[in-house]
Amino acid sequence: MKPVSRRGFLEASLFAGASGVIASRLAFANAPTDSRFVFVLLRGALDGLSAVPAVGDPDYAALRGQIALAKSGSDAALPLDGTFALHPALTFLHSSYAAKELAVLHAVASPYRERSHFDGQNVLENGGVVPHGMATGWINRAISSLPAASASGVALGANVPLAMRGPAEVASWSPTRIAALDDDTLARITDLYAADPLLSRRLAEALESDAIANDAQAAANAEVDADMAEDSGANVVERDANQRRNAGRRYTETARAAVGFLKREDGPRVAMFDTSGWDTHANEGGAQGQLAVRLRGLDAALAALKESLGPTWRKTVVLVATEFGRTAAINGTRGTDHGTGAAAFLLGGAVAGGRVLADWPGLARAALYEGRDVRPTRDLRSVMKGVLRDHLGVSPSALESKVFPESAAARATDGLIRS
Amino acid sequence: MTATQNSIAAAIAANRFGLGARPGELALAAKDPESWLAKQIKGSPPVLGGDGLRPTSEILKQALELRRDLVEARREKKEGGDPTKSLAAAALKLPAVYRPVYLDEVYARFSHAVATDRPFLERITQFWTNHFAVSIDKIAVLGIAGAMEREAIRPNVTGSFTRLLMAVEKHPAMLLYLDNQTSIGPNSRAARLLARRARSSGRKVDINENLAREILELHTLGVDGGYTQADVTTFAQAISGWSIGGEDQGRRFARLGLDSGKAGEFFFREVFHEPGAKRLLGKSYGDDGVKQGEAILGDLAQRPETARHISTKLARHFIADAPPKESVERLTHAWLESRGNLARVYEALIESPEAWREPLAKFKTPVDYIHSSYRALAIPLREKRRALQPFEALGQRNLMPGSPAGWPDTSADWDGSSALLKRIAWADAVAQRMGDQRNARELAPEILGATLSESTAKAIARAESGTQAMTMLMASPEFMRR
Repeated sequence: MKPVSRRGFLEASLFAGASGVIASRLAFANAPTDSRFVFVLLRGALDGLSAVPAVGDPDYAALRGQIALAKSGSDAALPLDGTFALHPALTFLHSSYAAKELAVLHAVASPYRERSHFDGQNVLENGGVVPHGMATGWINRAISSLPAASASGVALGANVPLAMRGPAEVASWSPTRIAALDDDTLARITDLYAADPLLSRRLAEALESDAIANDAQAAANAEVDADMAEDSGANVVERDANQRRNAGRRYTETARAAVGFLKREDGPRVAMFDTSGWDTHANEGGAQGQLAVRLRGLDAALAALKESLGPTWRKTVVLVATEFGRTAAINGTRGTDHGTGAAAFLLGGAVAGGRVLADWPGLARAALYEGRDVRPTRDLRSVMKGVLRDHLGVSPSALESKVFPESAAARATDGLIRS
Repeated sequence: MTATQNSIAAAIAANRFGLGARPGELALAAKDPESWLAKQIKGSPPVLGGDGLRPTSEILKQALELRRDLVEARREKKEGGDPTKSLAAAALKLPAVYRPVYLDEVYARFSHAVATDRPFLERITQFWTNHFAVSIDKIAVLGIAGAMEREAIRPNVTGSFTRLLMAVEKHPAMLLYLDNQTSIGPNSRAARLLARRARSSGRKVDINENLAREILELHTLGVDGGYTQADVTTFAQAISGWSIGGEDQGRRFARLGLDSGKAGEFFFREVFHEPGAKRLLGKSYGDDGVKQGEAILGDLAQRPETARHISTKLARHFIADAPPKESVERLTHAWLESRGNLARVYEALIESPEAWREPLAKFKTPVDYIHSSYRALAIPLREKRRALQPFEALGQRNLMPGSPAGWPDTSADWDGSSALLKRIAWADAVAQRMGDQRNARELAPEILGATLSESTAKAIARAESGTQAMTMLMASPEFMRR
């Protein structure tokens, strides 16, 4: 085989050669929607009462003790309305609220009512009512129910998280330095995988994603590669020390990579990435500290998403959610334990924002769920259904039967999307 | 058994039960694959050698000593203060002490995994380290996560589960990882002493339920094991006071006239302990100090839910992503009948016919992939820092699963398209380095045995260079799986 460029190899294999194994797995030509949807999953249970403190609730300050955020002063929380504010690290989100591009959700929960992270994430991702009840995810089922089934998704990470697994083609992408792999070797491996459905599909997806990323992201990639080279060299362990600080920077890189896919006219319409480190059992901090650093990183990543999307931001909705909330009261180690009702964010140019959507149960002891957690008053699936229906155009019948089975009681929330 | 069957069984023994065949290993296993495995779990587990491996207490003591002056200064400055501060604050300065220790530890276990002739035992050890996961993204355990494996896990992997469980839950790394060392019972002596101060500072003295919850959910009963939130809270109270010795923490309570244990070792800090009898899962436990929590742990270890939970995980790890029911039954039965004699459980695993039916049933994790590559090609280990690069590049850093649930264990968790491409790229880089020193054509049947497919053999034979042949072998579908 004569040497061809990576791009050339792809095209050759798409249209003619290389045993025809590589089909266009991420073909988006007839995408039925021009809208973009991004799901950001915060693994570990974000403390909703720190991210969106109910500073106007009479019980807030006493419950939160040392980690309570102040209503006024230099480190004050950023006000939203009479009851709620945003953590002072969330400056971009606060300006988005003012620009009516952010709807803040509070006291929300998936149907899951226990307190295991892993089962909680499983339910949030599978879109059902019990852990491990389904092996596919709600986002994938939503994509595959769109007319022509030609929309697709991309997961930013080495592997595809449960929410994105299922019948629709979803690629995963994260930076790889494969400059050394020559096209002849790749073509031979493609042949070698011909009889292996999983590996041949994965390799085709990988090469295609890689080509898209190379195309749209050359500059950003160089940056990420340089970081990776630096990270995986002598600094492999030093990085631990900077991990928290760097986590924020990595979220930003991930967000920018997502944009490389979403911006393309013929690219995927749905992207997902997840972040971890939200499980703040001890020394959570208030306006400053462990959680503040993470929130700042998240805020910066979301800002980068908007900035890089440019005009596409108008067509974009970002849902930021977590598996469950944390205890209303601070615990004995200046942190919070696993809880129930949580906060979430709906962000983007297409969001009818500038409001807090919360049927607030209050923080009085009698109002708390099981005497300890924020009582959930809204099913997250209602929000997801509203977004999928009004933004991506998923049909109500598909939402009920396929995407969120057993969700009749959680009716789609109206008016989340700007008309 | 025919020769081919035997050879498939040998490949399963070396590649799925073990860590990947080294040249010559299949021939050893082929004589009697089951007894080749059974022999590996007999006799005491090997002690990990290596430069600079020290006991947890010494590592923690050094960390504490380094911090003493600073902590002292702070304490003087701020009369009174906060008893839970010391270790957490020390954690900020710990990386300098911990980083080289971490490197020594993971290098030692990597070298052992590559060289051991008891690879089944080593896979079992890794299984338990992942079952009782602590993750070094929490700096407090960066220097002692490896020591926990050496001290609490390795010596106990073939003995009784109760002993293993007890050793792990009392290890400082686990106590620190899941925040138990400063969990204080609301009616404990420490809580009463701190009550006035707590009121004025808005600070609350109470238990932290993290460790108790994860013991129930992850380490013993499993999430469907029938416990309630009340059981979690009660259990957390029962193990309040399970802490780490050192005057750093104890001084504050000097006026209570109590000692503060040996620095860096498990210490039952009675002043933190929530007094009183406790009722958990329908059984009462008397007000018996440290023995109360031990009695609960001992009972948890013997519950049938625990046997089933861990048997399921073992079957998933050693047999298939969707573990066959018969295997889970067989393991659970062996567990209950032997009261958690782990060697007996592993024997039941070896005796499970389902384990020998499907070769290549598991997709390798990155760690599996790297270990098996090093073993197959006898790749010389580079110096410590560089030796660990592949784990980061392929997405599974040593002792850093990121959560107490440990690394996931099914194909879908690891077979992402980007993950596959990284693996191929790494294989190619290894082939560039090793391709002219090893003959892929000869190596392929030696390490894959009867699982080597015709198409892979052909791809290797037709490669344009020794390097490319090696890439084909390492990228082959059968080498991606175990």
